[in-house]
Amino acid sequence: MEILEQIAARLERGEDQEVRSLTQSAMDQSLPAPKILAEGLLAGMQVVGDRFRAHEIFLPEVLLAARAMSAGVEILEPHLGKTDLHSRGKVVIGTVKGDLHDIGKNLVGIMLSGAGFEVIDLGKDVSPQQFVDTARESGADVIGMSALLTTTMPAMKQVISLLKEQGLDSSVRTMIGGAPVTGDYAREIGADGYGFDAANAVESARELVG
Amino acid sequence: MRKLIDIPPATVVPTEDAVLRAMGVPGDQNQGARVERLVAEALEEFRSEARPKGIVAEVDEDEFAVIYEGAGDNDNPSPLLEIFPRAEVVMLFAATLGASLSDRVSALFDDGKLALAATLDATASEGTERAGIHLDGIVLEDARTNGRADAASRILRYSPGYCGWNLTGQRALFAALGPEEIGIRLTDSCLMEPLKSISGVMVVGPAEIHEFTDDYSFCSVCRTHDCRRRIRELT
Repeated sequence: MEILEQIAARLERGEDQEVRSLTQSAMDQSLPAPKILAEGLLAGMQVVGDRFRAHEIFLPEVLLAARAMSAGVEILEPHLGKTDLHSRGKVVIGTVKGDLHDIGKNLVGIMLSGAGFEVIDLGKDVSPQQFVDTARESGADVIGMSALLTTTMPAMKQVISLLKEQGLDSSVRTMIGGAPVTGDYAREIGADGYGFDAANAVESARELVG
Repeated sequence: MRKLIDIPPATVVPTEDAVLRAMGVPGDQNQGARVERLVAEALEEFRSEARPKGIVAEVDEDEFAVIYEGAGDNDNPSPLLEIFPRAEVVMLFAATLGASLSDRVSALFDDGKLALAATLDATASEGTERAGIHLDGIVLEDARTNGRADAASRILRYSPGYCGWNLTGQRALFAALGPEEIGIRLTDSCLMEPLKSISGVMVVGPAEIHEFTDDYSFCSVCRTHDCRRRIRELT
């Protein structure tokens, strides 16, 4: 098995030390860092994402694979251009104002990064203005909002309204998710996408960036 | 009757299988040595950080009717409206695992230890449920000892945010129960801090009073329909 396939296979098994070591070996063999990233690490993460969506593997294995991915990226990062690492697009994510639950949002961030998106994580309790300002300043493609409380869901609509008011709704797409959030609610407030879970959020982001 | 309850930390420590189930892993799946190590590490963190405490306060039917009505945001009809008037005991409750556990989860995320952070979070969620189960046992036992419930009596917890009880109901619940005394604070958006806390009402009574069909308007957007399992486990 050639080394890039080995990296992908080890990553799929969540073997972070092995991924780190193989990635270094690939660099030592003068393989281009973008190639190692694309055909080793991202290829492995793609399989992990596909298997997770197909319910063949579960969250703990995804988390270990993401950890292995990070171990490999650490080696590659000094040798990569920004567009190599985040070729899919840029997503600003956060938990909306008033809400402090961030595990779901963090998982979405892990999955998006693993799928090649640049993720700007604003954390929790994020104001509508902060979402919009960050998206504008960073040139983000998508804003991803999470809410775990019915009382905080209206903040999602405020972000969408603010984007419209500032004429950004055609350049910045929105997607939402969280336990009480539904596809119907996403349509009702005019969100462009809806993620039922972290894996689905990645699919949604891919569709939104084309 | 209102009392604070020190919950023995050992009673809230989940099993490895329970942690995996909380992370969406079906019971028949072998996750391998790496996942086992991850869960073991999370359980170790959990044992070190969890500080479980509880509080309960009994209310009568009329008092609970006012608390349940809250700000008037509930769905109507809702199951609890039918259930609590037939109860033997109605007890407000809250429990928490303490702030240090939630802080530890956040710190792990901030340090980039995502796998351990997410696993500890799932462990803590499962531990929080166990704190509730511990309170269930105390309340039911007390009710039986005092002759207000019998061997056939069962206990179920209902919480704002579920089954038609609007989340804003937390405000009236907190005003009546005072869980600030065990370190739980309510935010403006009705979120409990520390995050790994639960609150609501415990209803003691014959198993049949808890039975309802999941065809209320809000059931269509419920992802879990966990009520089915809870009702099934009563018999």
